[in-house]
Amino acid sequence: MSTLKPSKPLSYAVLGFGYSFLYLPILLLIIYSFNESKLVTVWSGFSTKWYWALLEDDELITAALLSIKIALMTATASVVVGTWAGFVMARLNRFRLFPLFAGMINAPLVIPEVIQGISLLLLFVAMEQTLGWPEGRGVFTIWIGHVMLCVSYVAIIVQSRVRELNRSLEEAAMDLGARPLKVFCVITLPLISQALVSGWLLSFTLSLDDLVLTAFLSGPGSTTLPMVVFSRVRLGLNPEMNALATLFILVVSVGVVAGNLYMRSMQRKREREMQLAFKAA
Amino acid sequence: MIGVPFLFLFVFFLLPFLLVVGISFSQQQLGIPPYTPLTKMEDDVFTLVLNIGHYKFMLGDDLYFATYISSVKMAFVSTVLCLLIGYPMAYYIARASESARDTLMMMVMLPFWTSYLIRVYAWIGILKNDGFLNQFLMWLGVIDTPLRLYHTNWGVYIGMVFSYLPFMIMPLYSHLVKMDLRLLEAAYDLGARPWKAFVQVTLPLSKNGIIAGSLLVFIPAVGEYVIPELLGGSDTLMIGRVMWDEFFNNMDWPMAATVTCAMVLLLLVPMAMFQHYQAKVMEEVK
Repeated sequence: MSTLKPSKPLSYAVLGFGYSFLYLPILLLIIYSFNESKLVTVWSGFSTKWYWALLEDDELITAALLSIKIALMTATASVVVGTWAGFVMARLNRFRLFPLFAGMINAPLVIPEVIQGISLLLLFVAMEQTLGWPEGRGVFTIWIGHVMLCVSYVAIIVQSRVRELNRSLEEAAMDLGARPLKVFCVITLPLISQALVSGWLLSFTLSLDDLVLTAFLSGPGSTTLPMVVFSRVRLGLNPEMNALATLFILVVSVGVVAGNLYMRSMQRKREREMQLAFKAA
Repeated sequence: MIGVPFLFLFVFFLLPFLLVVGISFSQQQLGIPPYTPLTKMEDDVFTLVLNIGHYKFMLGDDLYFATYISSVKMAFVSTVLCLLIGYPMAYYIARASESARDTLMMMVMLPFWTSYLIRVYAWIGILKNDGFLNQFLMWLGVIDTPLRLYHTNWGVYIGMVFSYLPFMIMPLYSHLVKMDLRLLEAAYDLGARPWKAFVQVTLPLSKNGIIAGSLLVFIPAVGEYVIPELLGGSDTLMIGRVMWDEFFNNMDWPMAATVTCAMVLLLLVPMAMFQHYQAKVMEEVK
């Protein structure tokens, strides 16, 4: 049996290399956000002045607020549409056009964003010409685009969770006379709530971070945070961007780690309860 | 029940594609929208004008051709590099103790949650001529003159591997962790050396993971815009960048649409493979 265990030193070497590759750049970025010098790669002393500079950067703050607003709208709408689509994928997959439906769910996961960007833009332009709506581009068009970006992720998370569900609970509720919609709201939704939370959070971060799709779908007056960041880092290094990146990474990391730990403890609790239930039965 | 999400996807995903195909046959004009209509109604006569000039131009132009070849090559090399780094990582994560696995996978996924733009930006400071990597190598005495990495294809490869590595590791891990280790045990009992057992047992069992991971990296990498723009040089030819320039700088929407159609054609086979794989994954869960 001992030969089945991979060699320890090799395993540490591979994982050590891999994780340093993934984390060293981020670590350097964080360290040098506290650098006093305007030259990002030359250390000249500890300072938090770039963080204070962020607070006075009105362009950045306006863009950040807009991005957060769009991300909140996107996450909520994506969860609604994505859950619906995921449920259809898991349960109602016997209709004739199902392969097309599944294809439209899966394709956005990999399709280059430039393709989705230009096609959605052309749709909105054509709609404006024929229907007179939406007038110009702005928050609304960005919102639809971001929802398209996130719906697939939510649908796939939800469909795999729905497939795992034990249907006996729903059947019991039906037997007791509950209408399908009531069964869905009272039984199914709480059971898949974890999937909904992860879908919401993932959509929120995807929307907050999206540049390419947004560039195609934004109009004058709807400049989001990634657009401002991109226009600045295109010119090279910028210590203020290091500070902003550090804040962003900090918030997201704390959120993801906390969410992960919470979900793991919930899962353990659920498993324990299920074991108890089976023992009682 | 089925109708609402279906309609949503149809209107915002499939229909726009058809529009792109349509507009690739129109011509640039000054005005709003900046392209000519395809159909005309004159004296009750309906005419459809298809202009194939853009396609002809694209096929005849050497630069476009070179861009396609270069995009596919760069995406392919990035995919292979991701596989070479990602496979050993996924392998050792899957063979780690059960309690460590979750944490290790969370650490792979964490960068995926943080901003992609920021992660690409982080490499500028490392790759620049006076950046951290060159400073470090010169301090070690390995090199005397700084390596040129920033604004070259090397920068793009590094950025791509860094950004897409989690997508490679995820499917590989999920296949490797499911593997029945008794099969390896049997191979060893029959006298196979570890390397041979790996090639004949582990590798074939993870084949689907390799295919899925490679597609998850290759397809988006072909159309990548941000990485070649930030880390690549002006001579880094990538189709996503050409399309962006046609659209935003030249304002030539029909040409951008034509380039997009060509990109879709280029990705048709890998996309079909990906769909096939995803359908299989869903079957397995049942």
